[in-house]
Formats: sequence, structure tokens, C-alpha cells
Amino acid sequence: MADFQNLFTQVQAVTTPHAGVPLAGPDNHERIGKPFLLHLAGRLGNAQIGPIYLGKVGIASAFCFVIAFVIVGFNMLVQVDYSPIQFIRQLFWLSLDPPAPEYGLKLAPLKQGGWWNIAGFFFTVSILLWWVRVYRRARALHMGTHVAWAFAAAIWLYLVLGFFRPLLMGSWSEAVPFGIFSHLDWTAAFSIRYGNLFYNPFHMLSIAFLYGSALLFAMHGATILAVTRYGGDREVEQIVDRGTASERAALFWRWTMGFNATMESIHRWAWWFAVLCPLTGGIGILLTGTVVDNWYLWGVKHGIAPPYPEMWPTVVDPTTLQGAK
Amino acid sequence: MNLQRLKWLAAVVLASTVLAGCERPPIDAVQTGFRGTGMDLVYNPRIIEQQIPLNTAPAALPEADKGGPRASQVYKNVKVLGNLSVGEFNRVMIAYTQWVAPTQGCAYCHNLNNLADDSLYTKVVARRMTEMTKHLNATWTNHVAQTGVTCHTCHRGQPVPNQVWFKPDEAKLAKGLLGQRNGQNEAGQASVAYSSLPKDPYSAYLEGSTRIRQISQTALPQGINGYGSSIQATEATYGLMMHMSKGLGVNCTFCHNSRNFSDWNQSPPQRLTAWHGIRMVRELNNEFMTPLTKVFPQNRLGPMKDVAKVNCATCHQGAYKPLWGEPMAKVWPELRGPEVKLSEAAVAARKAK
Repeated sequence: MADFQNLFTQVQAVTTPHAGVPLAGPDNHERIGKPFLLHLAGRLGNAQIGPIYLGKVGIASAFCFVIAFVIVGFNMLVQVDYSPIQFIRQLFWLSLDPPAPEYGLKLAPLKQGGWWNIAGFFFTVSILLWWVRVYRRARALHMGTHVAWAFAAAIWLYLVLGFFRPLLMGSWSEAVPFGIFSHLDWTAAFSIRYGNLFYNPFHMLSIAFLYGSALLFAMHGATILAVTRYGGDREVEQIVDRGTASERAALFWRWTMGFNATMESIHRWAWWFAVLCPLTGGIGILLTGTVVDNWYLWGVKHGIAPPYPEMWPTVVDPTTLQGAK
Repeated sequence: MNLQRLKWLAAVVLASTVLAGCERPPIDAVQTGFRGTGMDLVYNPRIIEQQIPLNTAPAALPEADKGGPRASQVYKNVKVLGNLSVGEFNRVMIAYTQWVAPTQGCAYCHNLNNLADDSLYTKVVARRMTEMTKHLNATWTNHVAQTGVTCHTCHRGQPVPNQVWFKPDEAKLAKGLLGQRNGQNEAGQASVAYSSLPKDPYSAYLEGSTRIRQISQTALPQGINGYGSSIQATEATYGLMMHMSKGLGVNCTFCHNSRNFSDWNQSPPQRLTAWHGIRMVRELNNEFMTPLTKVFPQNRLGPMKDVAKVNCATCHQGAYKPLWGEPMAKVWPELRGPEVKLSEAAVAARKAK
């Protein structure tokens, strides 16, 4: 019997690779390459690689991504004088920054941030086309479009950060740079500039959904693995035909916290938590600087930032004092 | 079995690679604010121990006779310390050697055949630096208090202080259509504590008077003419703050209540001292250092042919107070006052706050 008390996937179905379900119409032919089995892939997921399908939309998306990737990459390469060693050493520091504030929403000269606009345009088109592809592939298989709409939630946050908010603020300089550390600098500076983002209630919600997603994922994954020996791996069937696995899992959670999800509801919980994380986060970012300028002061105004006892002599802003030097 | 060992080995190598840049625990945390608010100062006791020699002041020289003729009556060409007694004057000269040129000796600044000769640039610089020290101790007490500074505060036994700054040379990246650094995103920049923040926080804030404050002072946006500070300006200020943090060996909460960085009423009093310090450094750079540019030989200038300038780390050198607050200047009243007459720009800067 398979042992599920292990970190990694233990069972690999080694069989003739299959091309997938037959479909009516032209979608039936949209499979490229002879599928094959890869043992290492089977350690993580399904061992079968392929068939794939890109189609016109997929190719257009990949093409746009490559353009954006090459623009960002070459801007970084020039920054290190084409030195491969320096490129690797400084990779986390390198960045393609948006234009300076004085350019507003105008297209800056290429080197002063124009490249950022161009790379951002192609990257955005690439993402949107990929969304179309995700939606259309789901449709072709007569599936629900849950994945596409979850992806759309992430795209919403991306567009708020790089498009909607800069547009409302009237400056591309407000957008996030393309770089590892530089986008983290942006995040830290953004929070400090607007008086501490932790007092932004939509940021609070986003964090709750983020951590909640991780918690639900862990709880659900652990529960299913724990009852797989009783057939719990057939979780979706057990939505309507619950067996001993569902009963045991349910009692386990009732014992430990008095309440349990069902085989159906846990998936709805997980989907909504994951989707609401970027949705609420995007709202929080969009309101920052446009509607609220200092979240801490906003928090004081609305009674969510408590005062603390003073621990040192009060300091007065020196610029408010006459004759200070 | 072998595979198992290999896995462990791989895990250990991976863990050490990931953790290589970290300081090992335990770390000392000193609570300064209300409980549970994270107002703590964090110190690594092993790093503090390494800093002991750097922060130990040299032994004081025996006091000199204050009586007798003045130095200006006995020696020629004494312009700044002429009112001292000959004994005091010589004691100061010996201390200068100890503080600035212990291995090079008197000849570092003086023509040994004629000590009054001004032919060596080092002597001209030393004279101006003496004026600067006296000026600073007399007028910037809201930063240096009665602790004061001496040559040793910056020099620590070296002709050029360990921590000075020059303007960076960006000419190389100016060519071509690609690869703008935007003055940031560069690895290995000690000026901003190795972060990717704008790497020259000095020119704008410690020489120029660019506005440091970026955080909005109202809950809601005010006015219709733009939205206040940009994110990029905030990052530049952030760079300056990283310099101060690194230069003083302290975390943000030394000066700020991090729940709301800008609020003075919640800030520890150190922030006020630092505020005066920024203005002090500006004055030192503009009134004393930059005017000396032509005095220095080319090899002492930076890539942009600018003179070595002062920042927070020049005196502090990683300590919250230089020499951990050792009041060296107390035994050197010779190095206090008078105030130097400032340029109109500096007077205006003082008035403008």
C-alpha cells in the first residue's frame, strides 16, 4: 500500500502517455508533440510531459513576453557593461526603472524611462493574451472558467500597480520598477510615503486573505493526505457521496475546532480566499495617494491607531520653532 | 545510504549558502518605548566587541602651563591658535600628530627646516580644519553638546578619515540608449548599507538642502496641484536614512517611532539631535570642505574632482555617539570657539531652518 506520510509524491502511474480526452471540432487537433514520461516531473506532479498547444493567442503572448524580457534584460546587461559575472552578481540589484516624476504621463526618452513604458506595455499585453488563452482553453474542454477568473484577480492587482494608479496619480513614476530589490524598495517606500500601509484596512484584508489562503491550503492538503487511506483522495466524488474518509476528516475538525468544512465548501473557501487577496490588495493600493494620503493619520481619525504612553520627553518639530537653526 | 548522506550534505550546503549573510544569534535588544510597540534597539554584542579599539580614545596628554608668552608672539605665521600659551600650543601640536599623522610625524604638515612655512597643502588644510573644529564645538552644541569633537573624532590616527564621501562618476553609463541606473540599483554600495536605493544620498542632503521630508502630514490628499512627494523622492530619502542607520550602527527606532516615521511627538529625542546633525554636516561641507578643493592635490580628489566631504559616518564610524560619547573635547578647551564668520548662503540656511 502506498505510503502517504511523506513529503514528496510517492505514486507514479507509469503507462502509455495519453493525448487527453477527444473533443468535438477543431479543438481536437490542438495538441502538439508526442507526450512522454519524465520521472523527475512525476516526483512533483504528473510524470507526463505534453502534448502542448500555443495557438495564435499563445504565440502572440509569448512573443510579447519575449520582447518585454529582452528589453529589461538588455537594459540590465548594459548597466553591468555586458559582464556575465557582474550580471549574476548584481542581478538582484539591477532594475529597469519607470521615468522620473517630471515626465508625468508623457512618454519619456528611452533611456530616461521610455524603455520601462515599452517593456511594461508588452508585458501587459502578454499577460492579457495569456488570460484569453487560459479562458479559451478552459472553454474548449467544457470546463468552468474558475482558473481564468482567479488569474484575472491577480491581473487586477498588477494593473492597479502599474497602470490604473499611475494614471490616476498622473505620473508613470508612481509605478513599480522591473527589478528584484528595486520593486521591494518601491514597496517599502510606498508604505512609508503614505504613512504606513498597515493602517490601510484593505491592506489588512489582503494580508488576512493571504495568510488565510496559506492556512486553508495547509489544512486542506493535510486533511486529504491524512484520510487518503480511506479513499479521501476521491474528495470531489465525496461532495455528494461522502464515505468514511469524509466522516473521519469531519469529526477530526469538529473535535479540534468544533466546526468543519465540507468536501465542496473547502474548495470554495480556498478559491475565494486566494482571489480576494489581490482583489482587496488592489483596492488598497488604488486608494493610496488618490483618496487617502497618510494611512496612519487616517487610522487616528477613525480610531484604529491607539495612542501609547509617552516614554521620553516630547520632541517638537524643530522647523516649527522660531530661531531654531 | 550514500544517497541519504548526499541529501544531508546538499541540505547543509544549501542552508549555509542561504544563511551566509546573516549574523548569528544571540542579539541584544534594548527596549526604549512602550511594551509591545517594537521600539527596540538591536545590537550584536560580537560586533560591539570588535568596535572597542575603534571607540577607545587615546590617552590624554598632561596639561600644559597656561602662563607665559602667547604662541603668536613666539612663533611666526600662527593664525588660528595664536592666543594659546607656548605650552598649550605645543601640546595641541603633539596631539595633532597623534590624532592625524602618528606615523608620518610633524613633517606631514610642516617643512622641518621652517615650521612657519605654508608650502605643504596639509598645513593649510589643518589650519582650516582647526577653525572648523573650534567653530563646531562653539556653535553646534545642539548636535555635539558639551562632548564636542577633536581631530581624533574623525581622523582616528589617519591622515584621511576612514569615512568620507565623493560624488560618484556616472559618465560611463551616460552613453548609448540603454541601461540607465537612475542613480541606484547597484550592488556593493556601502553608502546605502548595500541596498539598491539611490547610492548618493550625500550630494542632495548633506551638501545640498533638498527636502528630506516626504510623508504626507494630512490624512487625505490636499490641493489640486499634484499629489505631494513621489515614490522616487521617498526612495532617495530612504537612502539617506540607510546611511544614517549604518553610520551610527542603529536601527530606525533609534530616532523614529516606526508606526509613523514622520510624527515628531512620538519620536525619540535622538531624532532632534540628528536633525541638527544634518544641518551641521551641510555647513561643514559647504563652508569648510568644498572651499578647500583647490588646496588639495589631484590625488586627494574624487572621480569628479571634488574634495573629500563629511557625512554622518565620518565622525560616528558605526557608533551611536562617536567614541561612544567619550567627552574628549572637554580636556581640549583650546579647540572650542570662536565661531567662524559664515558665507551669506550659510547664514541664510541657518535662518531658513
